[in-house]
Amino acid sequence: MIGVLSSGERRAARSNARPRSRFRITSPRIMAARVSAYGVLALIAVFFIAPLLWLVLSAFEPAASVGSAAPLVLSFSNFAKVLNWTTTYKPLINSAILSGTTAVITVVASLFAAYPLSRYQMRFRKPFLYTIVFSTGLPITAILVPVYSMFARFNLVDNMSAVILFMTATSLPFGIWLMKGFMDGVPLELEQAAWVDGATWLGSLRRIVAPLMLPGIMVITIFTFVSQWGNFFVPFILLESQSKFPASVSIYTFFSQYGLVDYGQLAAFSILYTLPAVGLWVVAGRFLKGTFTFAGAVKG
Amino acid sequence: MAPALGIMGLFFAGPIIWSVYIAFTNKALTGVGAQHPKWVGFANFTHMFQDPLFVHSLVLTAIFVIGSAIIGQNTLGFLIALLERGKNSFVTRALNTFIIAAWVMPEIVAGFCWYAFLYQGGTLDTFLQHFGLSQDWLYTTPMLAIIIANIWRGTAFSMLVYSAGLSDVPAELLEAAKVDGASQISLLRRVIIPLLRRSIVTNLMLITLQTLASFTLIFVLTAGGPGEASQTTPLYIYQQALQLYDISYGTAMCIVLLLIGALFSVVYIKLIRVEEVG
Repeated sequence: MIGVLSSGERRAARSNARPRSRFRITSPRIMAARVSAYGVLALIAVFFIAPLLWLVLSAFEPAASVGSAAPLVLSFSNFAKVLNWTTTYKPLINSAILSGTTAVITVVASLFAAYPLSRYQMRFRKPFLYTIVFSTGLPITAILVPVYSMFARFNLVDNMSAVILFMTATSLPFGIWLMKGFMDGVPLELEQAAWVDGATWLGSLRRIVAPLMLPGIMVITIFTFVSQWGNFFVPFILLESQSKFPASVSIYTFFSQYGLVDYGQLAAFSILYTLPAVGLWVVAGRFLKGTFTFAGAVKG
Repeated sequence: MAPALGIMGLFFAGPIIWSVYIAFTNKALTGVGAQHPKWVGFANFTHMFQDPLFVHSLVLTAIFVIGSAIIGQNTLGFLIALLERGKNSFVTRALNTFIIAAWVMPEIVAGFCWYAFLYQGGTLDTFLQHFGLSQDWLYTTPMLAIIIANIWRGTAFSMLVYSAGLSDVPAELLEAAKVDGASQISLLRRVIIPLLRRSIVTNLMLITLQTLASFTLIFVLTAGGPGEASQTTPLYIYQQALQLYDISYGTAMCIVLLLIGALFSVVYIKLIRVEEVG
């Protein structure tokens, strides 16, 4: 997904650079086409914005109901009500622990896994890569039932470390695949120089390859973090005690308990829970631009 | 490579192998099957295809995938990419922000947004009351509701794939076709779509795989209901295995879902050229 976004942005940047003449003789037909294009885009905009209105309007409304009539006063009372240890802080900390640890282990493990895939000619390289790409496509939902019964069999249900390891296992295929892609961009010559000076592969990975692909590493970290931050099904199935619930699960229990009564608080909580994901995604976009200028510099 | 292989072996390959074993037993979380699961051969699988609710769930899953991914996200994403081509104004950038926000936000929050939008007394209902059309859309049109919500949620991906693909279409080619008198429609049909064939097929594969196993959005919106009206296979599996505790039957259905996913995944690998894999 990242690759797609990045190349799009890169090309968009390129096409912007192309000079466009502002003054053109436009036939009425082309004019009409242009106006209708914007008309359709406006309809699409309504479709995408309308469901979000509820979130923003009811979060800032003093006493919100489901149907959000436009609020006349801007109120932070909903935020004040949810900003306490049990409703917001604890679940967000749990989310951060689950997704943060998963992201760190995924990155470290995929760094070690990608290195030989990117650097050495091995017999099992191609089949292994095919298996990795194949696993990125498998529907994770479909292995959750056997995972649950396996966790129950080995007394791992409600064990955060085990949940983290499962999340890591499902993030690794895509992590390794991306990591190998970024690593291929680091020129081998730089490393060979270090080898001549007596560096081990571990030393050159740590001191040369990893620092050079730092933007790529950040992208994988953020991507893994954000996807696990939003993961609902896995912790919902594998965790049982309320004190361990991440925000995704606790927000659902909040919804099913108070459902229609406290929509304002639900909306406020939703915004607090969504912001880190969106914010990190924006940061990842910045890093992504970094990796591509880097790749360009190497190739050129 | 050892740590990665270890984790994936234990927590990814492990459950898949485990599931193959479980699916041929009568293991359950309660009752006789809980203590001493017995080998039952293909019983779970033969039961599955005689189970009208399972077949029903497969049909709904197919409708959901075709409606929301293949028709909805794919067409809308392509349309947006096409309309925004060459435009980089404040308007298109703002629109893209909203489209991508819908895709990046946690799935459960996306579910709440649509719940609040479609519920009786919700935003859409309040608006349509002026026209005397008040109803609970989640109850009267559950499939349509989850399909539209999923289009909203996932269009960003197709849009990004297609705007990347479209920017690769050489402008000279389009100019040449225009000079030769091609209409907009034949330009699209004979130049743009053939050139984008690879993007189109890749996109279709990936969104199908993502949509096939979709759970959270449907769970929040309709929970499969009313009755079984929107119970796609992942929701039916959840109900059978984790609410009614029939683990072995649930696992057998998981294997079927996994095989369908694997089939699409294989097609996807074939599409990625060998040199890309390295």
